[in-house]
Amino acid sequence: MHIPDGFLNPATLATAWAASSGAVGYGVHRLRRELDERQVPLMGVTAAFIFAAQMMNFTVAGGTSGHLLGGALAAILLGPWAAMLVLTSVLTVQALVFQDGGLLALGANIWNMAVIGVLVAWAVYRPLARLWGQKTWGRAVATFLSAWASVVVASLMASVELAVSGASPWGVVLPAMGGVHALIGIGEGVITLAALALVRVARPDLFLRRRTSHVGGGL
Amino acid sequence: MKASSRRLWIAGLSIALLVALLSPLASPHPDGLERVAEDQGFLERAADAPYHLIADYLFPGISNEAAATILAGIVGTLLVFGITWGLAAALRRRQDAQKRA
Repeated sequence: MHIPDGFLNPATLATAWAASSGAVGYGVHRLRRELDERQVPLMGVTAAFIFAAQMMNFTVAGGTSGHLLGGALAAILLGPWAAMLVLTSVLTVQALVFQDGGLLALGANIWNMAVIGVLVAWAVYRPLARLWGQKTWGRAVATFLSAWASVVVASLMASVELAVSGASPWGVVLPAMGGVHALIGIGEGVITLAALALVRVARPDLFLRRRTSHVGGGL
Repeated sequence: MKASSRRLWIAGLSIALLVALLSPLASPHPDGLERVAEDQGFLERAADAPYHLIADYLFPGISNEAAATILAGIVGTLLVFGITWGLAAALRRRQDAQKRA
């Protein structure tokens, strides 16, 4: 879902830069107070895994592929503010070094995937995990829905930017993007579930740690 | 750094590098946005990047495509790992400095 340069008009690019700078700035402000020393290596590892996993496109349908975005994975492991920084760092390296996503469009890509993708994932996961978090199936459902919703809403956000920029009419781009990302979101849910299940088996203390620390405590 | 913390990042980074090693197996199809852009006829609006470092996840100067992809993946994984760790550690240091002040 990395938007290249040329798709969005200057007003949309500027708005997206302002919005994503504000959001990531606020996230950094929260982290400066709340970041736990033990989270520092986990942030590096999560970013590394998301970068690598984003290279692993999987076929969905009709000659189309998708890949993990990682917003839900990062948010559930690290809380929303650290997740925002992790995704911003991945997207920035992709734009600057790998020419994946435009340089001017980086603000929009950060807004869609690092801000909206992460906040939607967290907003879905947090209440569902409170309701059902004591049960394995409950955590699984919360994780899957969180991952699916984060991808679909991020794709709708990108569609709004494309429509506002006149790249494609609203009635065309919204259902087209939403439809294909509803499929890609299933892959996102499965990979996020698998990755978190592995962490839970190998290092259950990482989840306990999150509950006792106040990182990501409030949204 | 505690041993559990060191084990964590070594194991986690190893898994990420393993995924990068497998990246030549990724689906070659265009992704969701690219597919929609192609179908709706706005793909040609895409502007070429002003410079190319490791464009298309192919490390330059390597003729074997799988090897070029793997090397690009390893470089990117390590780069993202280092930058994110560095950023997080810098935020931690500022936090400590503020607490002391």
